[in-house]
Amino acid sequence: MAQIQQEKNKLNLTPKRFNMWVFIFTSFMFFAALSSGFIVYSGGKGHALNVILPDAFMFSTAIIVLSSVTMFLASKAAKNLQFGKQRLFLWITFLLGVGFFIAQIYGWYILTYRMGVYFSNPNASQSFIYVFSGMHLLHILAGLVLLIISLVGTYRNTPQVLNLFRMEMSSIFWHFVDIIWIYLYVFLLLNQN
Amino acid sequence: MSTLTVQGHGVAHHDHDHEHHHNETFLTKYIFSQDHKMIARQFLITGIIMAVIAMILSILFRIQLAYPDKAFPLLETLLGRFAPGGRLDTNFYLSLVTIHGTIMVFFVLTAGLSGTFSNLLIPYQLGARDMASPFMNMLSYWFFFIASVIMMSSFFVQKGPAGPGWTIYPPLSALPKAMPGSGEGMTLWLISMVFFIASQLMGGINYISTVLNMRTKGMDLWKMPLTIWAFFLTAVLGLLAFPVLVAGVVLLIFDRSFGTSFYLSDIVINGQQLSAEGGSPILFQHLFWFLGHPEVYIVIMPAMGLVSEVMATNSRKPIFGYHAMVYSLIGITVLSFIVWGHHMFVTGMNPFLGGVFMITTLIIAVPSAVKTFNWLATLWRGNIRFTPAMLFSIGFVSFFISGGLTGIFLGNATLDINLHDTYFVVAHFHLVMGSAAIFGMLAGVYHWFPKMFGRMIGEKLGYLHFWLTFIGAYLVFFPMHFMGLDGVPRRYYSFTEIESLKQWVSVNTFVTWAAIMSALAQVAFLVNFFYSMFFGKKATENPWESNTLEWTTPVEHIHGNWPGEIPTVYRWPYDYSKPGADTDFIPQHIPFSQTLTSNLPHDFEDNPVGLEEHKNWVNTQKSNEEVK
Repeated sequence: MAQIQQEKNKLNLTPKRFNMWVFIFTSFMFFAALSSGFIVYSGGKGHALNVILPDAFMFSTAIIVLSSVTMFLASKAAKNLQFGKQRLFLWITFLLGVGFFIAQIYGWYILTYRMGVYFSNPNASQSFIYVFSGMHLLHILAGLVLLIISLVGTYRNTPQVLNLFRMEMSSIFWHFVDIIWIYLYVFLLLNQN
Repeated sequence: MSTLTVQGHGVAHHDHDHEHHHNETFLTKYIFSQDHKMIARQFLITGIIMAVIAMILSILFRIQLAYPDKAFPLLETLLGRFAPGGRLDTNFYLSLVTIHGTIMVFFVLTAGLSGTFSNLLIPYQLGARDMASPFMNMLSYWFFFIASVIMMSSFFVQKGPAGPGWTIYPPLSALPKAMPGSGEGMTLWLISMVFFIASQLMGGINYISTVLNMRTKGMDLWKMPLTIWAFFLTAVLGLLAFPVLVAGVVLLIFDRSFGTSFYLSDIVINGQQLSAEGGSPILFQHLFWFLGHPEVYIVIMPAMGLVSEVMATNSRKPIFGYHAMVYSLIGITVLSFIVWGHHMFVTGMNPFLGGVFMITTLIIAVPSAVKTFNWLATLWRGNIRFTPAMLFSIGFVSFFISGGLTGIFLGNATLDINLHDTYFVVAHFHLVMGSAAIFGMLAGVYHWFPKMFGRMIGEKLGYLHFWLTFIGAYLVFFPMHFMGLDGVPRRYYSFTEIESLKQWVSVNTFVTWAAIMSALAQVAFLVNFFYSMFFGKKATENPWESNTLEWTTPVEHIHGNWPGEIPTVYRWPYDYSKPGADTDFIPQHIPFSQTLTSNLPHDFEDNPVGLEEHKNWVNTQKSNEEVK
């Protein structure tokens, strides 16, 4: 029975970490499907994108790359037991995430009202811009929730194992959404004409 | 979905008490259970209920096909506005076909099959206390339950359930005004599928993670039973394929409700030109079948795994070609992603591309044939025990062969021009993935019933159930091949309007009566199942004398599965009838040191010390013989 007691108390986080990686894989497949859809559509129908992407997307890309850097710094601080620093960088990451969100919405505003590239569009290639960025924003929302969970943990007396685990979860996911956006942006840029 | 993943990381549910004196309320034990055994039973019973509903739907439309001109006042009493004057409404007929397909493919053979047996057997056969994330596992079931309820609720909306077929091709599915079945029913279908996919993804993540991380000591990948290999690869398929369906469905929802035109172009309804233009309905077919084809393997692979296990146990022989079985499963998994175009040969696809899809499709026959050969070779000169589970497994192989052969016809791009959308296709997939997968599932239910409910399921009713269903299924689906060859199209409401098809009504009548007979046979199963659940003979710990770890657990279910330490695994799961052994089975947790008389040099392939010991023992035996 002693053995079972021990097993019970041991917190086995490996499978949960693994769950996150598998989930990321499914998410990746989702975006791969959307971009393949774009290729099939624009190739088959001969509808090119024909839009110069608004500058807002460039800024948002810069913001999210920067947020990845601050996320990395937060993880590093957590590993070195510098909890004040960890909290600070987490907050910065969170705010940059919100900034990214706003920049994307602003990008949509420019697209719709200044450039006349509507979501409901006979050229569905152009609708795809909204689908890509919209679906990505849903992932950003999930990432922000993860960041909040990590942040709340730093204000409570969380065991370091758990703190590090949460940090790891948030950073894996946050870097992933960052990479996905870069992929989508580059994909759109390459198909601009 | 990601937020759900996050909740799964909490630790609240980690305080499982592995002892007996924990407090469980009715709610935590039977409803919101996080125990893999309970979740498996929840999946099974929900799956059975859905299967019965789908079967009743099929009988309804079979009656229409057999007696297209007859009125049955009883139908009006039962169905109300869906059967005015006792004849099925034409739109309701389409809804019946759609919902029958959807429930059978997704709710019964995907969730009911993998959900039940992956949940039951992955922790049991691998030697784990539970799934990687029990909480996510529970959510997976409840999302499935919600999906089922929403799907059923579509029978209660004014215009009836979705009607564009289970493949929901746009533009029919994208335009709510196109027909009654494209209205609210279609919306509910889409919502239900969103929940369903979420459920499958959560389940799949859990299965993969558990298989890769939570195997007991000594259980390396090549000691896993074939069931686990099959569930693992099925989960991989699901995780790769379902997100693609999500992408397709998201775009479809935008087309339905937000005025985009991903799939819509040049459409006229009631003489009115719609504003949507520039879309490509073929795009949906690509996205759908990229899921849809792997989906048929998601349906059949767990059945293959279950059948391999049941056959080896009941033939009292090792499975023939264990490694070949695993590699062919992997082969099927990989190939299933590059064959989706064979559903689209007649969409105006470039003939060269059609040729490529044709070749990849025909290549799938190779791993399938390897598996079939191995099952037959496992039976060859075995000490066969004809339990109901064994009969259903043999039935599985029979259907897999006879349905698989017609797949070679349909995989040919040129032949498919003739056969596409005819009853030949209906016959093909009902045999190879419908009947075969259902038989695999039933084999699993009969075989693991003692493990699930602690009681034996009745044998006599099991035999009755098998023979009626087996004969019935062939009588239903075999004649359809000939209808298809004659060009009878699927999904038609009535054939009396078309001169050349009138002659087939008599065959349809025959098929309908065969279907009614098979449906009645399921009553035998239901009675047997629920009766045995409460009043069956008490089961022993290892009633089938099987080798895998689940049969080392106590009959009474406990949290954490094993009361003491989890057994360590020393050997592969198929040591049946090993020469020199005392019994005709040696369970996986028996070390080689206890079976000296039956050890063989190849048992010690990666264990030089053990091999040395074995040689010493053999030499001693020999010298002893000489002394005598």
